[in-house]
Amino acid sequence: MAIEVRNITKRFGDFLALDDVSVDIAAGSLTALLGPSGGGKSTLLRVIAGLESPDSGVVEISGTDATRLPPQRRNVGFVFQHYAAFKHMSVYKNVAFGLEIRKKPKAEIRRRVDELLELVHLEPFAKRLPSQLSGGQRQRMALARALAVEPEVLLLDEPFGALDAQVRKELRAWLRRLHDEVHVTTVFVTHDQEEAMDVADRIVVMANGRIEQEGTPDELYEKPANDFVMSFLGPVTRLGDRLVRPHDLELLDKAEDDSTEAKVVRVVRLGFEVRVEIQVDGSDVWVQMTRYVADRLDLEPGGRIFVREAVTSA
Amino acid sequence: MTDAPSPVVRYGMRILALGYLAFLLVIPVGLVFWRTFENGIGPVIEALSSPLAKHAFTVTLQVASIAVVANTIFGVAVSLLLVRHEFRGKRILNTLIDLPLAVSPVIVGLALILVYGRLEPVGGWLSERGIDIIFAVPGMAMATIFVSLPLVVRAVVPVLEEVGIEQEQAAWTLGASPIQTFRRITLPAIRWGLAYGIVLTLARSLGEFGAIAVVSGRIRGKTQTLTLFVEERFQNFDEHAAYAAAFALAGVAVVALVAMNISRPEES
Repeated sequence: MAIEVRNITKRFGDFLALDDVSVDIAAGSLTALLGPSGGGKSTLLRVIAGLESPDSGVVEISGTDATRLPPQRRNVGFVFQHYAAFKHMSVYKNVAFGLEIRKKPKAEIRRRVDELLELVHLEPFAKRLPSQLSGGQRQRMALARALAVEPEVLLLDEPFGALDAQVRKELRAWLRRLHDEVHVTTVFVTHDQEEAMDVADRIVVMANGRIEQEGTPDELYEKPANDFVMSFLGPVTRLGDRLVRPHDLELLDKAEDDSTEAKVVRVVRLGFEVRVEIQVDGSDVWVQMTRYVADRLDLEPGGRIFVREAVTSA
Repeated sequence: MTDAPSPVVRYGMRILALGYLAFLLVIPVGLVFWRTFENGIGPVIEALSSPLAKHAFTVTLQVASIAVVANTIFGVAVSLLLVRHEFRGKRILNTLIDLPLAVSPVIVGLALILVYGRLEPVGGWLSERGIDIIFAVPGMAMATIFVSLPLVVRAVVPVLEEVGIEQEQAAWTLGASPIQTFRRITLPAIRWGLAYGIVLTLARSLGEFGAIAVVSGRIRGKTQTLTLFVEERFQNFDEHAAYAAAFALAGVAVVALVAMNISRPEES
């Protein structure tokens, strides 16, 4: 294991930020810490980095107990949401910082920084100041800076949170490719489930200072441990007393076994996707289907329809 | 949308602001300047090169440089403490820092005599060991340090708050020790706030009169600073020397302020 977190508890005053949290991060994995804000995911990341000290519990990095080590000696790379660029230094100097601190020979520093600037596509900007870069470029610079010291783990705290939607999508794909090239164990914090599913190969869902569930994106989506995970990781609707995915509901023209009668309230066509709002026993339910399925049904607001849970292969 | 103020209001406000500054600042200081150079530059140089004036200059520089160095170190340390750390009594410390602005310098001088005067326990003990505080440079430096205490802190604290702690934390994760982080990240980030605080401290130290007057004993040719020299010359109807020294005093402070504002880059 690259990172082992054992029974970590952390309070800020009366607020319990981490409540007896244990988690393993496999070497070479790309893990997302996912959850609503205030759920403890950033605190956990900062505890791993040594930027917060836990009240109790143990953090091991590459098999050594790092709980009492200062951040300088943990060999982690950390990337902040707001970049934390060294504003008075050029892009080159920013990336070279960790190497200069380690008193590496000048020629080696030059080679390594050039290599990293190429990796993050910032070679033409080496002499610029961070204030002359866009948000996306600054974050790539921060990544290169963190990677320069060859950390054992790379920790990213909401790395795309301050960027606009388009740049965010690009950087996501880029981080995924970077990880495939560099293979450094990576943990990133996000509150965006789509981002987590898109980028990570493992997801740890956190809320209220506890881990709700961990697993691959598919496992979490298909077999959520509880209603919270289910509703956090995708669309849900309530049929009777059960929480179901709206695309796992099937609408029928006539009654079958296990189907329930319902009334069509509204049909929303979003291009390929169609959302049908229905009423079952007086409560609102919505069903998600493709246009082609919707076209085969007789969906008129006010009309009668039958609904049941689709039989899935699982 | 609010309407733009009418021309009458706009010009009225400008005239008011300029007039206020003119009568309080520009005209009096301008007159000092004019009276100083009334008879050309010769008498000015002559007045400033008398042994007493030269000595006053030296004493002032001594006292001011001690105060600037002490308050720069203390100011940066306290600013870091106030902004980067949580501890009991932080609000009390914060209030204490501002105390010198509220207390009259004369009181500061008297208070120092109460502790370090030769007839007091602490002062007596030091005096027996050959260390004189009151009526000597150490006491004058202490008085000056006291009155200029808040200036560096108040200039640096807002900058430290604005810069935030993330750059420092990033430096830690990259392996920089606290000292390396301070030198390579924090200090460059606060340099203009610090420079401003230092210039204000220098200006305040050069101009201090009340506390110095009490603590120095006003011994001509020994503990007389430039401000004391100006006053003493003025009382002795040597207005020319008084104006010349006053001009020199103001000149140093203004040059320091202007030099800092020129060297400071536009964007930060």
